[in-house]
Amino acid sequence: MKTSSIIILVAIAAGIGALLMYSVDFSTYDTIGSAKQKQGQYVHLIAKLDKSKPIQYDALKDPNYLSFYAVDSLGNSTQVIYRNTKPAELEQSERVVLKGKMQGDIFECNDILLKCPSKYKDDKKQLEKTVTQH
Amino acid sequence: MTFENEHLLPGQVGHFFVLLAFVASIISTIAYFKSFKSQLENEKQSWLRFARGAFFIQAFSLLAVFACIYYICSQHYFEYLYAYKHASKELEPKYLLACIWEGQEGSFLLWALWHCALGIVLIFTAKKREAPVMMVVNTAQIFLILMLLGLYFFNVRIGSSPFVLTRNELNLSSAPMFIDSKTNLLRTDYLRFLTDGIGLNILLRNYWMVIHPPVLFLGFASTVVPIAFAFSSLVTKDWGGWVKAALPWTLFSGCVLGTGIMMGGKWAYESLSFGGYWAWDPVENASLVPWLILVAGLHCMAIFNATKNALRASYLFIILAYLFVLYSTFLTRTGILGDTSVHSFTEAGMAMNVLIGIYVLAISAPVLFLFFRNYKSIPSLQKEEDISSREFWMFIGSLILFLSALFVISITSLPVYNKIFGTHLADPQDREFAYNKVLVLVAIIIGLLTGASQFLKYKSTDNKYLIKKLSWPLGISVAATVLILFLYPIEYTKKGPGFLVAIYLAFFASLFSVVANAAYLKSVLKWKLKAGGAAIAHLGFALMIGGMLISSGNKKVMSDNSKTGLFIPFDKDPTGRATENPMENLTLLKEVPTRMGDYTVTYMNDSAASEKTRTFYNIHFKRVDSATGKVKEEFTLSPDSYKMKDNNLTSNPGTKHYLTHDIFTYISTISVSNTESDTTTYRPHEMAIGDSVFYSNGYYVLNGILKNPSNERFNFSPTDTALVADITVYAQNGTQYKAYPALTIRNQELNLINDTVTTQNLYLNFSGLADGGKKFKVNSKETDKLTDFITLKAYYFPYINLVWLGLVIMSCGFIVSLISRVKAAKPAAYVSIGLVLIALFYMFLLANN
Repeated sequence: MKTSSIIILVAIAAGIGALLMYSVDFSTYDTIGSAKQKQGQYVHLIAKLDKSKPIQYDALKDPNYLSFYAVDSLGNSTQVIYRNTKPAELEQSERVVLKGKMQGDIFECNDILLKCPSKYKDDKKQLEKTVTQH
Repeated sequence: MTFENEHLLPGQVGHFFVLLAFVASIISTIAYFKSFKSQLENEKQSWLRFARGAFFIQAFSLLAVFACIYYICSQHYFEYLYAYKHASKELEPKYLLACIWEGQEGSFLLWALWHCALGIVLIFTAKKREAPVMMVVNTAQIFLILMLLGLYFFNVRIGSSPFVLTRNELNLSSAPMFIDSKTNLLRTDYLRFLTDGIGLNILLRNYWMVIHPPVLFLGFASTVVPIAFAFSSLVTKDWGGWVKAALPWTLFSGCVLGTGIMMGGKWAYESLSFGGYWAWDPVENASLVPWLILVAGLHCMAIFNATKNALRASYLFIILAYLFVLYSTFLTRTGILGDTSVHSFTEAGMAMNVLIGIYVLAISAPVLFLFFRNYKSIPSLQKEEDISSREFWMFIGSLILFLSALFVISITSLPVYNKIFGTHLADPQDREFAYNKVLVLVAIIIGLLTGASQFLKYKSTDNKYLIKKLSWPLGISVAATVLILFLYPIEYTKKGPGFLVAIYLAFFASLFSVVANAAYLKSVLKWKLKAGGAAIAHLGFALMIGGMLISSGNKKVMSDNSKTGLFIPFDKDPTGRATENPMENLTLLKEVPTRMGDYTVTYMNDSAASEKTRTFYNIHFKRVDSATGKVKEEFTLSPDSYKMKDNNLTSNPGTKHYLTHDIFTYISTISVSNTESDTTTYRPHEMAIGDSVFYSNGYYVLNGILKNPSNERFNFSPTDTALVADITVYAQNGTQYKAYPALTIRNQELNLINDTVTTQNLYLNFSGLADGGKKFKVNSKETDKLTDFITLKAYYFPYINLVWLGLVIMSCGFIVSLISRVKAAKPAAYVSIGLVLIALFYMFLLANN
């Protein structure tokens, strides 16, 4: 284990390091306001379902079209279009993470992560709510 | 204050044993330390005996704790929060174990129990290293048991006990029904209102939940042994001796952890609707990374065993493997992954997080410190390795594994950077591709290395020998890759030609490794498999990687609307832009055949399951030869889903397994039952047998009344009281349908079972006799509401079995190596290999098929 091997190792390490730098174009967490500034860039929005506006989904017409409105903690709102089925827990969700791009005034979403109270057994408040339902 | 019907004894017994185990683990650690420090042989031995005694007490106590939890959950003692959270009355008994390790406390307990089992083996086998090795194991135990303690120190609760009571933890008095109206306190008979628990999460109700966690945790637990041996050598300054003793343990760990990880993959593939077996989810990565580093360490240890090289790297990798096992625990259990993982857990609480954080560093940091302090003294050969030597390329391979582990963990740790630096970085757009494009290159290198290095010899290899041995495998794999290119091309073009070429190269490298390792077994070892553990493991690994490349590369979405041409993309996009997203979901109307790829699929009907919220959807697949009109293939899949109170839908896939491919479906949306909101009422008709009644689209005839029939719809026994109207519906277009509305009497209660002809939107109901038994009340209603439908996703996975087969072979390779290292007696060796082979083969390739 001397010169030649060390040179090869360093070269490989450098190569992989370079690949790592080059390959990963991290996205960012944004608010609706800042996402609107970054038109066409892939971002993660943390928002809530706007329950005052309609959710449009009709699996019979087109199972791959869902439209709803999201509102973030700063009060900004946007229409969201998700070309997939409606996640069943959407209406119950407390928070949504939307991954996609802002196109004009519409957020083109290609992945939704829902934070639902029903999933959490370790949340005491939620447990208290469930226990009283029995 | 006492409460009625509470069972406090099992909790008190359990808590006592947690405390006893905790004290015993501390005493055992101290006694082992004393024994290690003693100069006199007599004193050494007596401390050793004492320490062993304490360890056995600890092991027994932990078993007792487990028994108490099991008892509480199996008896449905919902006065305990653990039973309330994880058990429920409808839960099938086979999931009782699963609900124990669903919780944080139960899984730590499982981990601790495995430490006990490993510790007992170590006591009998570690010989002169027993004291320092067991010091490390016991230290790990102290921390794990600390997590179960639930005691208060200075107002901070340390750990979380599985025996806490529901009434102490939850504020039950917020609900009026638990309150005694006289005293305004919790009523003494509150348990009468706490009748059922939440139960095991529906996603986890699968037999893999019973088997995957114990295997994975055994894998995690066993990584403590190699680092314990490394520690023993650092404190005794016996630099190289530990490697030989620790090597079988490292093999064991690599085998169990690797199998455990892929069991998770198989589970995800089989029962979770992620559409695959690996998604580079942080939780998956967190267990893969320690495995990669452990395997890197394993190879360095093998090098040292043969040539005395790579000792320092062995130390480093073994220490880091353990560090990353605990780091992965930290990632998955503290809730830090939050938004990035589908397996997201919530915060375990600040004190718990700090405790886990300390545990991460408690063992690995001191050992790492010892390693660096002694770095100069640890011998390393000054002579340069020959470029044609096996050890040189093995070392390169280890390094590649280590670097890829670092690559994976550095992306996975994104939420940790965000926490530390306050940044807002998120996953890249295509997370899987971000990993795949680097790791496909790793697969190329690893494939070539694992293929060629078998024929290399330690120290140096003759070039002619190498060329002679490698030319055949090379030729065969080049030819096979070219054949694949023409006969079954990989069609993964969406990431561009460069990536496709990389996939082909990786596929070639894997193929080469499979062929070369098989050739090695044949021509060098002459099928003496006992010495061929490494070749078998490498063959399996390469087969697994090759299977992954081809199954993922040629995975197809069958339910792609753009290909079926069923839905005209109207109302698509208000801006009129072309969409980049595929339309992967297909809606099936009940009883309406729909084209999907080569198949005609029909959603036939639903069937209920034993659990009340679960429904199976029977979907019929038919493939007809377009030229001859003959049915070539026909089967029914029954994916299912649980529908919860709040509309939460959890789906399990239905999969048709063939030797060469799988057809995989799961339900993504179901129609909301429209009978409740339906306002149309039944129109009453009194019909004699043979009468007909018209409806808007045809007429129906009452053929007769059947008593307790057993036909395609009902299966009554002679003791039932059931009348069924036999009706034929004649639609205008000439189609006939059968309908069997029924009435049954059970426990003096009348039950009407309606029938529907869905394609006609016709509901029929049989409500009783009229006209002194000569006529029958058969009522009908028509509704313009749409019929039932489901939306599903369907995938075609080719050659997925290669992945599982590869894994089984790899695990057996590990076991073969392990057995030849420990020089087990022949019968024991054959039996253990046979058992492992049968068990894995059954689980991965036969069960559920």
